[in-house]
Amino acid sequence: MIFKEADLKRNYKAIVLGGSAGSFQVMIKILSKIPKEFPLPIIICSHRLKHIRSGFVEALCLKSNKTVEEPLDKDAIKRGKVYLAPSNYHLNVEIGNTFSLSTEEMVNNSRPAIDLTFETAAYVYKEKLIGILLTGANKDGAKGMKRVAELGGLTLVQEPTECVIDTMPKAALAIAKIDYTLKTDDIISFLMQLQAGKEVV
Amino acid sequence: MITVLDLSIAELRKITEVVKEKYSYDFSNYAASSFKRRILRIMELKRISLEQLIEQILKNQFTRDTFLHEITVNVTEMYRDPSFWKTLRMQIPEMLSNRDKLRIWHAGCSSGEEVYSMLILLKELNVLDRVEIIASDIDTSILQKAKEGKISNKNMELNISNYQRSNGLNDFNNYFTIEKDNSVFSKTLLSSVSFREIDLVKAIPFTKCDIILCRNVLIYFNQILQNNVLKLFSDCMFMGGYLVIGAKESIAWCDVASKFTTINLEEKIYKKTKD
Repeated sequence: MIFKEADLKRNYKAIVLGGSAGSFQVMIKILSKIPKEFPLPIIICSHRLKHIRSGFVEALCLKSNKTVEEPLDKDAIKRGKVYLAPSNYHLNVEIGNTFSLSTEEMVNNSRPAIDLTFETAAYVYKEKLIGILLTGANKDGAKGMKRVAELGGLTLVQEPTECVIDTMPKAALAIAKIDYTLKTDDIISFLMQLQAGKEVV
Repeated sequence: MITVLDLSIAELRKITEVVKEKYSYDFSNYAASSFKRRILRIMELKRISLEQLIEQILKNQFTRDTFLHEITVNVTEMYRDPSFWKTLRMQIPEMLSNRDKLRIWHAGCSSGEEVYSMLILLKELNVLDRVEIIASDIDTSILQKAKEGKISNKNMELNISNYQRSNGLNDFNNYFTIEKDNSVFSKTLLSSVSFREIDLVKAIPFTKCDIILCRNVLIYFNQILQNNVLKLFSDCMFMGGYLVIGAKESIAWCDVASKFTTINLEEKIYKKTKD
């Protein structure tokens, strides 16, 4: 897979990664392949059971080269970190490079909602954001991806034929300008080729 | 294709100024992303632009109470985070030791679900007669709802399952009577609660409490306001009193942090140990 040089060389500040049904294995694969020194913060929003607070982050950590953490409200977003939206909270990115959490109404029947994490990250990082949307069984994330694209960010969706359930990437493809439709291995390949991913931490 | 509505920082500042001027409520230290979403939500519900919203506020066509009601987040459930309530159930006897009475403040009680959860817990521990409860919110219409004790039946399934996960002892339905589509919380239990309108932005110390619960309210504030509110809580608390915040909130960084000792990090229960 050949990527545009301009897309690889851009001075990105963060990556948002969303998914639902079937995405856990894909996230594990991505996190197990990118090196410990990968400097861009990766903000993950994944649909999860609301009454089960623990387990998910531990499972992600187990296979990842990096430590995955659930941010506390107003935690600073730091380079090189991987963050996971906590169960039963929406995860927002704030101006000033911090997180805030909220217990607002569910969006697309979800809390955390991928749309909210992506929209708030797009508002803050604009063209310096990469949005990646994986397999999933509902349309959450599509509007978020649209916003990422509208504000100049780069958009990647998982190749629908590779998805366990393709509703999520297809919904994004239907309404948003998507720069690349990629299989998991190509998503990894893209991240590894990023200039911003090679800077010394 | 309709473009997603959005607001710039300048626009947010403008509406914040207008609201402050007109209603004397200061939202400038609220967390920006959720505040922005609430404003966008009002615009969407009323099908108006920001300019029209501002005009309506200035011309008194948009009441203060309606604005507060729309801007605040009132999504709540009984026994949210059952593991916290399980812990609290075990902690209350210790919290009551050395004290004849407990004064509990639910700061930002919204529609009252947390207060009802507490009342049931205290009732089941047979200590309700030793407890005085203050429940406050900025929004008078939500306080009115909390006083009425009505919960839509469609929310009861979640409440019951949370209650059971929290080690509730009884048949949960015994605490409610059914009125058409609503379950109405026991008036007897509710009579131990004093509901008050309090804006945490402007509040000054008004009493001393043994336990202050403020869970998932601080997340709507920025750190400047969080810091002020945590100072207020510290000032409203007896030495040895307990502060409880939301599972994903933190006091570690704030000015009054050194006055508190962590009792349970996971459930965010702190004890005031220094003045």
